[in-house]
Amino acid sequence: MSEHEFEVNGVRRTVSADPLRRLLDVLREDLALTGTKEGCGEGECGACTVMIDGEAVNSCLVPVCQVQGARVTTVEGAGLESVQEAFLEEGGAQCGICTPGLIVMTRAWLDTCEREGRVPDEAEARRALAGNLCRCTGYGKVIASALAAAAEGGER
Amino acid sequence: MTRVVGTRLRRPEGPDKVTGRAMYVADDVPVGCWWGKAIRSPVAHGELLGFELDPAFDFSQVVLVRAADIPGVNVVDLIVDDQPILASDAIEHWGQPLLLVAAADQATLDAAVRAIDVRVRESEPLLDMEAAEVVFKEIVIDKGDVDAALASAPHVLRRTYHTDSQEQMYIEPQGAIAWPEAADGTVLVRGSLQCPYYVQRALARALDIEPARARVVQAATGGGFGGKEEYPSVVACHAALLARAAGQPVAVIYDRHEDLAVTPKRHPARVRHATGYDDDGRLLAMDVDVLLDGGAFTTLSPVVLSRAAIHAAGAYRCDAVRIRGRVVKTNHVPYGAFRGFGAPQVCFAVERQMDAIARERDLHPATLRKRNALRLGDTTATSGRLEESVGSEEVLAKILERTGFEDHPWCQPRPAAGRKRRGAGFSFFFHGAGFTGAGEVHLKAKVDVRLAADGRCEVHSASTEFGQGTVTMFTAIAAEALETGPDDVLVVEPDTGAVPDSGPTVASRTCMVVGGCLARACRELRARIDAHGGQGAEGSFRERARAFLAAGGDGRVEVTYASPPGLVWDDERYEGDAYPAYGWAADYVEVEVDLDTFEVSMERFVSAVDVGKAIQPQLVEGQIEGGSLQALGFAHIEVVGTKDGRFLQDRMATCIIPTTLDAPPMEVLLVEEPFSHGPYGAKGVGELPMDGGAPAVASAIEDALGISIDRVPATPERLAAAWLAAHPEEAL
Amino acid sequence: MSAVSPTSLDAALAALTADTVVLAGGTDLMVEFRTGRTRAENVVDIWRVDELRGIAAEGDGLRLGALTTCAELVRDPLVRERAAILAEAADEVGAEQIKNRATLGGNLGTASPAADLNPVLVALDARVELVSTQGKRELEADAFLRGYRETARRPDELIGAVLIPPPRKRRSAFRKVGTRRAQAISKVVVAATVELEGGVVRSVRAAAGSVAPRTVRLRGLEALVGQQPSADAIAAAVRAVDVTPIDDVRSTAAYRELVLRRVLVTMLGRLCAADE
Repeated sequence: MSEHEFEVNGVRRTVSADPLRRLLDVLREDLALTGTKEGCGEGECGACTVMIDGEAVNSCLVPVCQVQGARVTTVEGAGLESVQEAFLEEGGAQCGICTPGLIVMTRAWLDTCEREGRVPDEAEARRALAGNLCRCTGYGKVIASALAAAAEGGER
Repeated sequence: MTRVVGTRLRRPEGPDKVTGRAMYVADDVPVGCWWGKAIRSPVAHGELLGFELDPAFDFSQVVLVRAADIPGVNVVDLIVDDQPILASDAIEHWGQPLLLVAAADQATLDAAVRAIDVRVRESEPLLDMEAAEVVFKEIVIDKGDVDAALASAPHVLRRTYHTDSQEQMYIEPQGAIAWPEAADGTVLVRGSLQCPYYVQRALARALDIEPARARVVQAATGGGFGGKEEYPSVVACHAALLARAAGQPVAVIYDRHEDLAVTPKRHPARVRHATGYDDDGRLLAMDVDVLLDGGAFTTLSPVVLSRAAIHAAGAYRCDAVRIRGRVVKTNHVPYGAFRGFGAPQVCFAVERQMDAIARERDLHPATLRKRNALRLGDTTATSGRLEESVGSEEVLAKILERTGFEDHPWCQPRPAAGRKRRGAGFSFFFHGAGFTGAGEVHLKAKVDVRLAADGRCEVHSASTEFGQGTVTMFTAIAAEALETGPDDVLVVEPDTGAVPDSGPTVASRTCMVVGGCLARACRELRARIDAHGGQGAEGSFRERARAFLAAGGDGRVEVTYASPPGLVWDDERYEGDAYPAYGWAADYVEVEVDLDTFEVSMERFVSAVDVGKAIQPQLVEGQIEGGSLQALGFAHIEVVGTKDGRFLQDRMATCIIPTTLDAPPMEVLLVEEPFSHGPYGAKGVGELPMDGGAPAVASAIEDALGISIDRVPATPERLAAAWLAAHPEEAL
Repeated sequence: MSAVSPTSLDAALAALTADTVVLAGGTDLMVEFRTGRTRAENVVDIWRVDELRGIAAEGDGLRLGALTTCAELVRDPLVRERAAILAEAADEVGAEQIKNRATLGGNLGTASPAADLNPVLVALDARVELVSTQGKRELEADAFLRGYRETARRPDELIGAVLIPPPRKRRSAFRKVGTRRAQAISKVVVAATVELEGGVVRSVRAAAGSVAPRTVRLRGLEALVGQQPSADAIAAAVRAVDVTPIDDVRSTAAYRELVLRRVLVTMLGRLCAADE
């Protein structure tokens, strides 16, 4: 066990945990942030996607020792409202289990587009969201949601 | 004109889903909850001799439940009592639960599991369904004189088709939490599930308690697709038995590996067709033999077979049809419910047979479909007459107009462009809505609506939401029938302690059957309020409802499903009106095949679907797009193989489903041929989109490569082998 | 479970022992810890060793820190210019979430036969720089990747960097054949570079993954050197390629062998085509 200090959704947290404990478990069990879901536990499905310092990662593959001093953003965090609104309006959420991961990934993608001066389009959205498996939608309405969020200017 | 039906409501539960507040079973583990797990068989067939407990581990800190400890019947309640909750002697499949363990924390549980050794005597498993001797169910459908019609037909085509298994791959694995018996004698189970009353009956029998004492609550459920129809009864019984032993709540939450390794998947099928037809390709005789691998226990196999048999002749008219279906026992992990429920397998076979006939007669596949499609007034294979709501011609017309497929020179030689070949394919199909035959009559689904004190209308049903949009669709139907807005409707959480048995949320029945009951209930409630306050009374719905309640009005209406009049079904002869109505559809697919790797890229997908009435078009499109992508995955990339009775693809890294980049752009063309007994004309849509994708893809690949595709998934490996067989000069 | 997270190279090297498990981006190891394939004991987490990061020009070539992520390889203009197929391969390694963590050094260190970057490194004649408290040494990527999940790294060494030689006039190509179009593990993965001079092949270097227990350099193709790359010559060279694929949960030996050869014929045909 060791102490790990990092920021989650703007709040400073100190967690006492085995250094190899998965960030996913720390979020869900130690910090009661259950919006981040476990779909596979091996980095295949993207349901556990969170941002670390603005970069999307699968939190099932990140040991807590690697978030020391980092900023973690989960679906419970701020700045996701326009994406959430788009998913509601465009029908991008069905059963909802992959939705938190998709919301966070969409945010990360839009931020990247803005940072790198790229125009978000359908092809880019499909590439960006390829690591978020959804079995309900066939992705059509997920992509429509992401593009609607992009059209909102992507601002937070 | 409808006011709410046909519009776009936001999902009432949507805000919780997009913010992560929705509580799935693993999100809401009570303080002090223990963790449970099943010890499973390491062999596919054999005899359980016992367990060796490592003396180095302190077993006093855990609880164990053996078969002998089950207070009730050691059976997973379903159709036939052949599946034990825990094996006591005979082992029939790999992964069969043998012993249950629970501990106060996961680490102790893992240590306990490692400290238990299972002793078995292994015997030879039976894994080839063609060699199986035990038949779970046989169905024969007979219409006309098939032998005579085949004998006199100018042309007869005999072919055999295969479909492999498929994994549902809901993104949330199975899970349930059970509480020990409360002071009032109630056992509570909260879980990820489709059918609360199935779980209730299973718990009651396992625990030997009155069904009313087993209270089952559906947690937010992360996908089902049939995979959470029957299996949650197993998980719930395990959790409840452990909770009883531990005196603590116990969570049994599968990880992905366990879920993939032991839960039921789509039945593998072999379908033989002998079809007689004339020079114009008109069908004269269809002789179909369907064989399904049921796995080790009966589970839902008889009903899956029933749907398979009834749909085996496709959406075509033919005066002489014989369908023989069997589902047999092997030592595979039991196969079970998956969207489509037997229909995707037989639809693949009959659609490929139609393409084969088209090639034989040098007819365009679209022409052949139009020539043979069932129409209003025709009779189905079970001799039921199609009296209304038959959108067959319209879906064909719409999709052909949209895609121009009739002008596409299907399977004609075309110049190759580089190392890629393009192809287009097509399928035409139907799917019966609701339970087969007299199923709904026996079931007597109930819905009740109640005015709450604030004047809102609460909808009570056992129909579950797991992504399809039950809550939204019910809200729309209730608001429409009450002539008010969606905000005056509250669909309550399915809880067997509070909602009536509306039947399971399966079989494309929720909208047509349960939704129909709901519309009736709401109309009746509306009539009562109107009668009290007068038609033109002032005030909002809630104000009038409150006034009605204040005046002593009865604000509760319960409705029991009544089958449409005139439906006749003979379950012995498998004859009559198999379903009250059918959804009709046609799929069109364009593919590009890489000639170096035989990877198939989905370039375009169009589906024309007659749903009767789209209560919520956005949800209907979501169902069609999602179901269709499952079908496209089934067609070419989703592989579920077995070896020695074990699933080979037992991790998400190997058991793959399509990503955003595997999915083509999809276009849905909705057709609305209303069904007079469905709510606002609606029929079912849940399963239909699963049926047509695989044959359409196979048709497109056949068009691209010129080789016949008689088996799905048409993996690159299979395509490469077929290509080499057709082009031996390219062999290494 | 135990792990230390040093923040300097010296501290990381000092922490290494005979049975140390070196953890970088975690995309493989975090799964293996759970399945038990790798024991989560004596783990040295090097994620915060900044000396192992960074992409820099080295002459006309490149120096890539071992902790360079796939995402960095994809977006770095220098990498795209001087080692385009490395950026291309990195882009196809997995989804965005994976690319943000999976590292170049991790790909090498794990030495999976299905690793997507390793055939590229062999085809590019990359060298692997190993560091220890004793100093540095360099090995060709092909020599570093010794066998099935086996490398030439000594327990007291870390992979420090990968050195990519100048591209000269080499043409290069990469092809991954996965189980699906994204987030896939390779059934076959191939990378090749070709240099032509006056219509004659001056050099060929190709390597493949998932067709042998290790990333395999396709030496059979090197017979093309000094020849005019006619279709027949290419076909003959491709026939001479020797691989030993297996049947597994993702594909079959027959498919892998067939597809490797078909892909190579097309790939070399294009690389050797007259200047466009």
